[in-house]
Amino acid sequence: MVGIVLVSHSRKIVEGIYELASQMTGGKVPIGIAGGTQDGRLGTDATEIMEEIKKVDEGEGIVVLVDIGSAVMSAQMAIELLGEEYEGKVKIADAPLVEGAIAASVEASIGSDFDKVLLVAEEAKKLNKL
Amino acid sequence: MVITKNDVLKIVDKIVEVIKENKEYLTELDAAIGDADHGINLDRGFDAVKQKLATLPETTDIGTILKTIGMTLVSTVGGASGPLYGTAFMRAGQVVQGKNELSEEDIVKIFEAALDGIKQRGKAEAGDKTMIDSIEPAYKALKDSLENNIALPEALNRAANAAKEGMEYTKNISARKGRASYLGERSIGHLDPGATSAYLMIKSFSDVVNLS
Repeated sequence: MVGIVLVSHSRKIVEGIYELASQMTGGKVPIGIAGGTQDGRLGTDATEIMEEIKKVDEGEGIVVLVDIGSAVMSAQMAIELLGEEYEGKVKIADAPLVEGAIAASVEASIGSDFDKVLLVAEEAKKLNKL
Repeated sequence: MVITKNDVLKIVDKIVEVIKENKEYLTELDAAIGDADHGINLDRGFDAVKQKLATLPETTDIGTILKTIGMTLVSTVGGASGPLYGTAFMRAGQVVQGKNELSEEDIVKIFEAALDGIKQRGKAEAGDKTMIDSIEPAYKALKDSLENNIALPEALNRAANAAKEGMEYTKNISARKGRASYLGERSIGHLDPGATSAYLMIKSFSDVVNLS
């Protein structure tokens, strides 16, 4: 199954989205969360993101969803740190974090492949609410 | 003139000290146009760097020292300056891998690698009101000075002055990157915190070399 990693400056944000996404997918999808610093401040940590990517890797690719600012740079850095072994297997979705995470998790739970999960996550930004 | 491993460690100590002294100041600058954490974040990061370096074996080369600083910043800073300075130190370490002393040419290479790394990571250029506005002029001043046979201490002094001018210039421009870009033209009139911390680091480098 495609793995999902959620990245935010706030631990509480990723914990909350994890809860939402797990509820909708019955806990079937491997979802990793990286948020806040080790000493409890707001922030992102490239090494934590890297570890979470490894943790949810089932060999079918990993889609990373991020919030703002340093989350993007830290996620890019994490992918670089993973090196050749993960080249092309991990991608950051250009998508809103909450909506993208839900869409990607549901898509992954029905067994879709990496490209499809990434596409569905990115389409979440076009979702009209009203 | 060469820079020894011991000099590198002294420069890092100086940076740790100067960042700590300016922690509140950098945070105040960031409070005006960003998220008010730049000083706190960098201070946490460089505290961790100090602790981490103390655990490295004495035989560790300069490249590994710089890469270790980079990795530590990446995992402890938290804000955008983590991946940015982290990339800068890691790229700098790569170009001097295995070396126990640095030639003038190596120092130019370190600046170049750090600058390129930051530009690539942040997708920013000079004039965007970022740390690049300090580092790029410093790099150019250093390179020009050394090419004109100016001694390293004076070349670094000129680099620090160029960084200072670059930092001051960020007051006159509006932010195109980072949290401050949400403010657009309202960011004019404020120094960029990243350009300021970058200047402080370059100044620390110059001060240590000029005093030794």
